[in-house]
Amino acid sequence: MARSPETTPTLEVRALHKAFGSEPVLRGIDLSVARSEMVFVLGPSGSGKSTMLRCCNRLEEPTSGEIFIEGDRLTGPGVNLNAMRQRVGMVFQSFNLYPHLTAMGNVTLALRRVQKKSRAEAEAIAAEALDKVGLSDRARHHPGQLSGGQQQRVAIARALALKPTVMLFDEPTSALDPELVGDVLAVMRDVKAAGMTMLVVSHEMGFAREAADRVIFMDGGRIVEQGPPDQVLGAPTHDRTRAFLRRFHA
Amino acid sequence: MDAILQQFFNWGVMAQALPLLLKGLGMTLLICAVVIPLGALGGLLAALASTAQARALRWSAIAFVDLFRALPPLVLLIFIYAGLPFAGLRLSPFAAVTIAFFLNNSAYFAEIFRAGLLSVPKGQAEAALSTGLTPAQTLIWVRLPQATRNVLPDLLSNVVEIVKLTSLASVVSLGEMLHAADLVRSVTYNASPLILAAGLYLLLLWPLVRLIGRFERRIAG
Amino acid sequence: MDRFLDTFFNAEVLARYAPSILDGALVTVVLSVLIVLSGIGLGTLLACLRAYRIRPISFLIVIYADILRALPPLVVILVAYFGLPNVGVVLSASVVLYLVLTLVLAAFAEEIVWAGITSTPQGQWEAARSTGLGFTQALVWVVLPQAVRMVIPPLTNRAIAITKMTALGLVIGVPDILGNASTAQSFSANASPLTLAAIAYVILFLPFVIGSRWLEARFARPGA
Ligand SMILES: Nc1ncnc2c1ncn2[C@@H]1O[C@H](COP(=O)(O)OP(=O)(O)OP(=O)(O)O)[C@@H](O)[C@H]1O
Ligand SMILES: [Mg+2]
Repeated sequence: MARSPETTPTLEVRALHKAFGSEPVLRGIDLSVARSEMVFVLGPSGSGKSTMLRCCNRLEEPTSGEIFIEGDRLTGPGVNLNAMRQRVGMVFQSFNLYPHLTAMGNVTLALRRVQKKSRAEAEAIAAEALDKVGLSDRARHHPGQLSGGQQQRVAIARALALKPTVMLFDEPTSALDPELVGDVLAVMRDVKAAGMTMLVVSHEMGFAREAADRVIFMDGGRIVEQGPPDQVLGAPTHDRTRAFLRRFHA
Repeated sequence: MDAILQQFFNWGVMAQALPLLLKGLGMTLLICAVVIPLGALGGLLAALASTAQARALRWSAIAFVDLFRALPPLVLLIFIYAGLPFAGLRLSPFAAVTIAFFLNNSAYFAEIFRAGLLSVPKGQAEAALSTGLTPAQTLIWVRLPQATRNVLPDLLSNVVEIVKLTSLASVVSLGEMLHAADLVRSVTYNASPLILAAGLYLLLLWPLVRLIGRFERRIAG
Repeated sequence: MDRFLDTFFNAEVLARYAPSILDGALVTVVLSVLIVLSGIGLGTLLACLRAYRIRPISFLIVIYADILRALPPLVVILVAYFGLPNVGVVLSASVVLYLVLTLVLAAFAEEIVWAGITSTPQGQWEAARSTGLGFTQALVWVVLPQAVRMVIPPLTNRAIAITKMTALGLVIGVPDILGNASTAQSFSANASPLTLAAIAYVILFLPFVIGSRWLEARFARPGA
């Protein structure tokens, strides 16, 4: 595996299969995401988008297949999972902020307990991350005192602060009131502009057209179609993609 | 090892003690049969008073409940059994036990019923009243059934506590199960009768403890 | 009325035995504090152990918690106090009382904290693990603080109920409030020491009972 850093994909998924019991949910996913690329994942409910994303952080254990982060194996035995997970940031649909900690506490927890940074050092990094998502003034607030959009931005800061190699977003805006979606998308735009590699599951088509480098359409646990946003969203070649998109344009 | 078996699991001593213990168990159940319904009724009344409109009524109910939640039941029992005779009021052990446990348990039942009543949305009572039910009918047919269902695990676990509480009656020599067991222990110098009593308590209460766990999980999930 | 005062509030008797009841109060307080600290500590530890879902260990914890929740504490106290010396373990009455009530409180605390752990949303574990926290770290820093917060009211109520049981020490001769009051009552042939004991218990425990009422209101479950 003597590949140069330029050609090594930042995230590589090979022949990923996942079954829950006897129910196959992922049936062979191959995907490679280049450095600084933003890949958008579309697909009907139950097509396996979340499962694929969660496998990339091993919140779900793949049934078979391999996943690499910058050429380093994430799957299989003998992997230092907690160290690898810090290279894969995850943003959840339901935010999952820790309610007993302030925004600052949410962001510093892993810095202090996993990376063993001093409090001062961790808070400096966290302050920077909170600044990136525009919430410097909310650092001492608890999640309950923040709006949904603000909570999701804190969650992004929490992932961002660990300086991950790639970030995974699972429907980051679908739990938000419409008027709060824009703030979160703006933050994601900034994160991309800073060069982050991103894999995003979302139904924000406008955002996909404008910001994605590539769009993937999944159905029945497989990647059915992929390409530049204009092509997949504008001139899809597969019937299932067309049927799916028609519901959005209707 | 032998000593332990001899001391705690001596079948001979247990067999000897069993008839007396079963008689004691009868008394244990009798106390329960009196104290549980009375305590539940007293608790319900106190709960209604503590959620009443009238401020004086509300506060005296809360004072009653808190006083008896603060006072250890054994202190109450000793006070009634050993203290009142000095004032010329001599009660039988059974009467003393019943009164003490009634006061203690009314307080606990009251707290549970109160939580239950408060957990029923206001709209329920309003809906019932709007259909012409009297306040008393509303309470009996609408509020209480829901309140009771919402706190069923707590009610059951209070029943378990009462059965356990009856063991305190042994202190005033009322011949319930623990008293019987301790009597045999003191003449045989062997702890097996106590272990046997423990076994009978488990037989009685373990199913209830499991059942409560089942209820609690269902409500949480 | 005079007879009532003379029986329950006899000034002379009260004055004579107040110091002894005060001594008893100290014993009650020290025992209570120790029982609460070690009982809740042990119970929380067991609940955490159970979180690892190692079958035989969880099984033992459940059995332990079930038995000590189903047995009357007085039975356990008598077994420990009268049975153990015959197999060579001699413990003072106070130590027996402390150990038994600690174990009982731990059994209840384990169940209560465990309920808190299981009702913490799965997403909290996932968020913690996704940032690289190990299982133990996620448990200690993310899940446990939320679980404990959730169960503070029932835990407080149970702690009060079990520390009140220090009065059971009377049966094995612990010199706590009730023990000393009972001795005083038989010496003085007057009920005033018992009145004093009741007052002492109310002074000690009423603030906690009222506190628990306040806690319950504060932590009231939403949606009701
Ligand atoms: N833990 C699980 N146990 C069993 N089945 C599961 C589990 N998680 C997901 N599934 C099943 O796997 C399938 C794919 O689920 P997944 O959440 O990946 O879909 P999705 O594409 O993200 O859908 P949505 O758009 O609704 O979020 C579904 O049929 C779901 O029921
Ligand atoms: Mg999903």
